[in-house]
Amino acid sequence: MPWDWDELKKKQKGAGGGAPPQMDEVFARFKGLRGKFPGLGIIVLIVVILIVASSSIYTVGVNEVGVVQRFGRHVRTTSPGLSFKLPRGIEKVTKVPVLLIKKEEFGLRTVRADVRTQYARDSTYLDEALMLTGDLNVAVVPWIVQYRIKDPYKYLFKVRDITGTLRDLAESSMRLVVGDRSINEVISKREEIADQAKVFLQKELDEAETGLNVVTIEMKRTNVPEPVQPSFNEVNQAGQEKERIIYQAREEYNKAIPAAKGNAEKTIKSAEGYALDRVNRAKGDAARFLALYAEYSKAKDVTRRRIYLETLKDLFPRLGDKFIIDADQKNLLPLLNLGKEKGAEK
Amino acid sequence: MRKGVIFGVVIIIIFFLLGAVYVVDETEQVVVTQFGKAIGKPKTDPGLYFKVPLIQQANYFPKNLLAWDGDPGQIPTLDKTFISVDTFARWKIVDPLEFFETVNNVYAGMGRLDDIIDPAVRNFITSFPLIETVRMTNRELDTFEEGIDKVKEISPLKEVKVGRAKITKGIMEQAQPKLAEFGIELVDVKIKRLNYVEEVQRSVYGRMIAERKQIAEKFRSEGQGEARKIEGDKEREMKRITSEAYRTAQEIKGKADAEATKIYAQAYGADPDFYSFVNTLDIYKETLDKESTLVLSTDSEFFKYMKGYMGER
Repeated sequence: MPWDWDELKKKQKGAGGGAPPQMDEVFARFKGLRGKFPGLGIIVLIVVILIVASSSIYTVGVNEVGVVQRFGRHVRTTSPGLSFKLPRGIEKVTKVPVLLIKKEEFGLRTVRADVRTQYARDSTYLDEALMLTGDLNVAVVPWIVQYRIKDPYKYLFKVRDITGTLRDLAESSMRLVVGDRSINEVISKREEIADQAKVFLQKELDEAETGLNVVTIEMKRTNVPEPVQPSFNEVNQAGQEKERIIYQAREEYNKAIPAAKGNAEKTIKSAEGYALDRVNRAKGDAARFLALYAEYSKAKDVTRRRIYLETLKDLFPRLGDKFIIDADQKNLLPLLNLGKEKGAEK
Repeated sequence: MRKGVIFGVVIIIIFFLLGAVYVVDETEQVVVTQFGKAIGKPKTDPGLYFKVPLIQQANYFPKNLLAWDGDPGQIPTLDKTFISVDTFARWKIVDPLEFFETVNNVYAGMGRLDDIIDPAVRNFITSFPLIETVRMTNRELDTFEEGIDKVKEISPLKEVKVGRAKITKGIMEQAQPKLAEFGIELVDVKIKRLNYVEEVQRSVYGRMIAERKQIAEKFRSEGQGEARKIEGDKEREMKRITSEAYRTAQEIKGKADAEATKIYAQAYGADPDFYSFVNTLDIYKETLDKESTLVLSTDSEFFKYMKGYMGER
């Protein structure tokens, strides 16, 4: 939020404070005196100039505003640059760095700010970070509040110990938010917590009239207390392990099922092959038989004889032992010694 | 005119020296006293004021918001959990005259706050279960890891009926009237830190560890369970695929057999006797070889001519 100079000027008018003293008027007055006492006039002039110069001229830095009080009462707020005020004892100026972003750390302290900032994590700071979660567990929540002075008047005059108040309010706001979150949420949803804590803290700061504006709340690494950490890691590991086991099982599944599908496909295809084979053979056999039958039916007897004899002609030479026995022979056994021959073969 | 200016300056310097003039800052308010007794109205507006030098005295009091930090005491909650509570409050001196007469200074004021707020905090914390002080609303907590429901049932979470905001409000309402008589306005009381005392903390850590281990175990067994399920799915799927394939194959084969049978029947039906004659002879050709021993009688059709050219029988 940039500093609003227009608003500041409006406030100045509203405050009813006097304008800075006009140097011309002062000089004119002393010129009039010089006619009567030339020597004294110069001395008085020099002394007055010295006093005025030493405590009437002040510079306000570019990121500051000057808050001027006359006899304790706030009269005006001046913008950056060279300004004049009434001498010491009458007007007092306090410079407030309104554009400067300040930082408060909780649960950690920056040891050395660098590219890799180092933080001290002392047990003393641990107390700031240790808090109860909504599920009655304990979490370690370190965070940083960055803030700016929004209203220099309130900042200077409304609260006595402004940094202490900010710290107290920041701690109570953060604990309020964390107290309504589970340990898991505290660890995993830091953004959400920071956002809500910022809203709470800003509300509190406004109610307390601190004149501060929270720029950002940044959560550092939230965790569980050290003694509990191993068991949390174990849960993570177990989660990983679970995933791994499931993936392994899926892998097995994916390995087996497509193969089985392939096999099934093969079984079906081979059955189809069988079917084709069977039907074609049947058709072939049938065709052959019918063709043969067509000719056979023309000359049944002779064909029948021919087929019979052709078969025997083909078959007979291929056969092993052949015995021809007279139909009148009554007893076969003395002639044949079938068992002996078989035994010899063995 | 010159004399007038010098006179004025000298008078002011003398007044300052004598303490006749005093400045009230934006952050201050003043009660003027004469011989220890308050005179006139308190000066709450900032600016330059006059008083009778030497006799009258200006007593400064802060006008801005003051902080008070409670003593972190150990307090048992209603559910007998010992916790250490660190409170802070913000307060203002709204009636400096009364404050001056009853308390006198800020440090004594802090003492009064100690006396009044600390017991109020104790009263409230002890009359509620711990959860009421910790939580603010009844919002649903994302308590446990996905898929873990069992732990939720046994966890000690109960419904929040009051909440921290109401408890601190109660503390304030109890303390505020007692402080009003000192000219103090209590702006608010808040709980800064709330922690288990050391022994309780240890057992809480133990509980947290046990809880996590349980979750870890649950994860592991869930993994195993899921894996077994997938394995089962695999087995079932395998059987299904194989058996379905078998069934389809058998159906196809059956149809083919049926068709073949039909074709054969149609063809061979023309002359079953001829069919068996031809086929039997074919089978002879296929099945008989040199291993076969043939014993034939001259009675047979083939050798009937061995007995005579007429094929005597």
